[in-house]
Amino acid sequence: MTTEIIPTLSSFDDDSLSNAFAALEQQATANAAALSGPEAVEAFRLEWLGRKQGRLNDVSSRWLKAAPPEAKKSLGQRFNALKQHVESLLEAAAGAGPSDAALAAEAIDITLPGTRRLTGAEHPITKTLNEIVSVFAALGYSVGVGPEVETDFYNFESMNFPPGHPARDTQDTLVVAAQERRSQRDRLLLRTHTSPVQMRTMEQQQPPVRIVIPGKVHRNDAADATHSPIFHQVEGLCVDTNITFSDLKGTLDHAMKALFGSSVKTRFFPSFFPFTEPSADVQISCIFCGGKGCRKCKQSGWIELLGCGMVDPAVFAFAQEKQPAYDPKKISGFAFGMGVERIAMMKYGISEIGQFYAGDMRFLGQFA
Amino acid sequence: MKILTKWLRAFLPQLTVDDAQLAEDLTLRGIAVEGIFDLGPGNGSLYEMDITTNRVDAMNHYGVAREAAAIYGVEFKPLSFALPAARSAEKPYSVRIEAEDACGRFTARVLRDVTIADTRDWFPGAEVDTYFALLEQKKISNAVDATNFAWLAMGQPTHAFDLDKIDGGIVVRRARKGEKLKTLDGMDRILDPEDLVVADHVKALALAGVMGGWDTMITPATKNVLVEAAWFEPMAVRRTARRHGLHTDASHRFERGADFNAAPLASAIVSSILLASGGTPEGDLVDVRVSALECRTAARKPIALALREVHRLLGTTIDKEGITTAIVENVLTALGCALAPAGDAAWNVMLPSWRLDIEREIDLIEEVARVYGYNRFANTLPAFGEGVRELPWAAGEAAVRATLRSAGFHEAIASTFCSAGEAALTAPQPGLVVPLGNPLSEEAGVLRPSLIPGMLAMVGGNLHRDVADVRLFELGTVFSGTTEKVDERPALAFAAAGDLPQQSALHPARAIDFHDIKGAIEQVLACFHIRNVYFDRFPPESGLTPAWLHPYRSARIVADGTTIGWFGQLHPTEAAARKLKDAVLLGELYLDRLFKLPLSKPAARELSRFQPVRRDFSLILDEGIVWEKIDHALTALAIPELVDWRAREVFRDPRRTAHEYSLLLGVTFQAPDRTLREEELQSFHAQVVAAVGKVGARLRS
Repeated sequence: MTTEIIPTLSSFDDDSLSNAFAALEQQATANAAALSGPEAVEAFRLEWLGRKQGRLNDVSSRWLKAAPPEAKKSLGQRFNALKQHVESLLEAAAGAGPSDAALAAEAIDITLPGTRRLTGAEHPITKTLNEIVSVFAALGYSVGVGPEVETDFYNFESMNFPPGHPARDTQDTLVVAAQERRSQRDRLLLRTHTSPVQMRTMEQQQPPVRIVIPGKVHRNDAADATHSPIFHQVEGLCVDTNITFSDLKGTLDHAMKALFGSSVKTRFFPSFFPFTEPSADVQISCIFCGGKGCRKCKQSGWIELLGCGMVDPAVFAFAQEKQPAYDPKKISGFAFGMGVERIAMMKYGISEIGQFYAGDMRFLGQFA
Repeated sequence: MKILTKWLRAFLPQLTVDDAQLAEDLTLRGIAVEGIFDLGPGNGSLYEMDITTNRVDAMNHYGVAREAAAIYGVEFKPLSFALPAARSAEKPYSVRIEAEDACGRFTARVLRDVTIADTRDWFPGAEVDTYFALLEQKKISNAVDATNFAWLAMGQPTHAFDLDKIDGGIVVRRARKGEKLKTLDGMDRILDPEDLVVADHVKALALAGVMGGWDTMITPATKNVLVEAAWFEPMAVRRTARRHGLHTDASHRFERGADFNAAPLASAIVSSILLASGGTPEGDLVDVRVSALECRTAARKPIALALREVHRLLGTTIDKEGITTAIVENVLTALGCALAPAGDAAWNVMLPSWRLDIEREIDLIEEVARVYGYNRFANTLPAFGEGVRELPWAAGEAAVRATLRSAGFHEAIASTFCSAGEAALTAPQPGLVVPLGNPLSEEAGVLRPSLIPGMLAMVGGNLHRDVADVRLFELGTVFSGTTEKVDERPALAFAAAGDLPQQSALHPARAIDFHDIKGAIEQVLACFHIRNVYFDRFPPESGLTPAWLHPYRSARIVADGTTIGWFGQLHPTEAAARKLKDAVLLGELYLDRLFKLPLSKPAARELSRFQPVRRDFSLILDEGIVWEKIDHALTALAIPELVDWRAREVFRDPRRTAHEYSLLLGVTFQAPDRTLREEELQSFHAQVVAAVGKVGARLRS
């Protein structure tokens, strides 16, 4: 900005003064309109109101001093009006902030992806386990746990798999080395199911019992797309007076609706497990097609999901060895168990069970 | 197992439902039809069945038909096979059961002058050719096919011997030591003294209940036949079959309990079919029984059943009427039980000989529920029990997981097993590694003593797949002990490689380093109430640092005097052995120790309203002076107004010697109750300079 020297006044009559002040006022207004940014506003302030070189200073030092005494009053009034005008212009300019042009120069690319602090993912098995456990927690079930290395007694015998029973063949077992010399009961093995925790819980606690048991189990199975020697189960046990088969049905029907949606239907049909009697397999209506039949449910409309049954009196008899209150004539109960991998694979569309245990960042990252 | 509906319907003349409905009704009663295949007009369907191991009695056509009769309450035709009149025998054929613990019944029938011929449909009820064609069952000869027909019809194994190859008569006994037998599969077998055999007076003829012998098999030249139908004890057959690595239809059935009373009928089926091509029976059926085993099977004591107990265990039905005495009686009678009333709505129930799986009242209740239909029971909920109790460590576990996830680590689950070599490298107590008796593979030979082997395998898997940024953690069980006693403890492992978990086009990526990992650990530890945490390291020669860690880039974690874990950079030797070119940072925490500590509880304190004063000190230090010394020196000052200090920057000035480094120390002074005066600040400043000076730090001029 150039600092113009104000014109010299040749005449101090009213008209001349009016014209001269009007010209300055116009100039100030025009200058103020072009202001952009705090620096420009500051420069404007210096140009007009600066104590040494400001134009108003010039007006006062050059016009006022040169004016004849009779014109001083009039000139002074006009001076004050101009000063007020400049000040109001300055106030407006300072309050308006930077101009659009100034802001435009600060533009950024808002389409670049946001900076992300990547968070880790819950493992789909943990996620599914937690979901199942919380459904049963809402029904009054506490969490029970037990060791992964079990004795033959807890894994098999107390679950009513007598030594040499063909039912043991269905659960190929990984065993700890050098057990041959020990009594059958004490032999150590990798638990093949979470069911032993049923007995461990009953030995520790009188009825009523309502527990849900999440855990890792192992079988000596060849690995393929849907089988793994390592997998997870959630077991449930409910023992009390007057627990019935219809309670088992209602409990699992509720749980399946809570896990898979309220429109899911359940269907029970007879099965066989040594530790329950009656035993049942439970199917849910296919969550993919709603029961119409699709590839996922092999056109049947149903998906098999879990095994369950009323606790076999023989199991209570083992519990009675430590807790006489488990008298099968007075109490009753039900138990159920489900494979977590199978449920997780179904829920998340996972085709290879081995992906759960490979620690592949790309696979796990999908669950973040 | 395959079942023909055409054959089923021959036993169920009143059955009107179609094959699809029949399949569904059977399946919902536990006789599962897995697949239905239409066999064309007039041939009905083929069912592919999946029947649970406890129901061996239903693994045949007659058994499945009995279930259908019970479901629909329709007529169930008895099996009946008439034999031609027998010629008289001089004396009954000699049969002796020596092994009375293992053979409960042995029937023998002698057939003379038979003709070994091809199979056809012999007579009504013996449509062998038709049924075998539909079942795609291979035909061999009338004798072999007759035994197979009896098996498919009623599930009773039988055997036909060439009578002329038998010396003297039949003895059922244990094998002699070193005795030899060539079985039908052509194998020469050396028998075990525990093996149960059907023998003659000279030699073993067959592995009882498992497989016949080669030398006495039926050939086209066979003229005279001995038909065996017997009952063998499950465990004896199971052991014999297992010892010889055999699993046959016969052993499958006997192991799971055959029908003690089926032998005469099965013998009649085989004999009548074989005699349809000519020949005559000689003498009566020889039938030797062991009463002790008969009492355990066909002649069991009746079981008491009360309707009250049925209701107590089964609960509410959808149908208001529920399970009545009539339903109980009809269902059990149709299944072959005989009910004698024993008071009001109670019975003594005689059990059918083919249902050895039924032994107790509960088994009868299950039968009632099963045939009544599980889905006819209502959905009810039990009354609420007690309050839910959390596991003591549940909150700690959740906090650890959440902290590591927020630090960018994905949770992983690895194998429970590792190799003996990996165990030796990573076990905190290398002498206490537990081997498996039948491991999945050599690489999975022992129970993992540490989560590190699994973690390294997973890190390697990622890096070798060109996934360079890895951040994983695992919460899992580690094992220690002996084959006598195994201890299990919860552990946490984590590993990282590549860049920090930040994705940005604007800020440069930075490789994750030791102190990033340390920060994550500090955050995990901050979840717990710990009075004193420190990190230290031992001289390499002490042998105390885990061998998998870089001896100069690793640390021990100590919380309230207890070693909580170790972490740092993977030892370059281990990295090279695993072909890992990238620097891998990893560690393991003993969660059992951490979980003994209470969770930290946030507590608010008064915030000062007065201005904090921040001062930076630019220090020069000798290489050997670690931050901890500065930290301790400032702690020791115990100036209440010295509220915070931190290492703001550590850098190496190229203009200084290699033995020195620069540290920018940021210090904050603040009083809770007043604005600090200049003189106070000057005094604090001097005290800080003096304190750090005492440990060797010089102010940069």
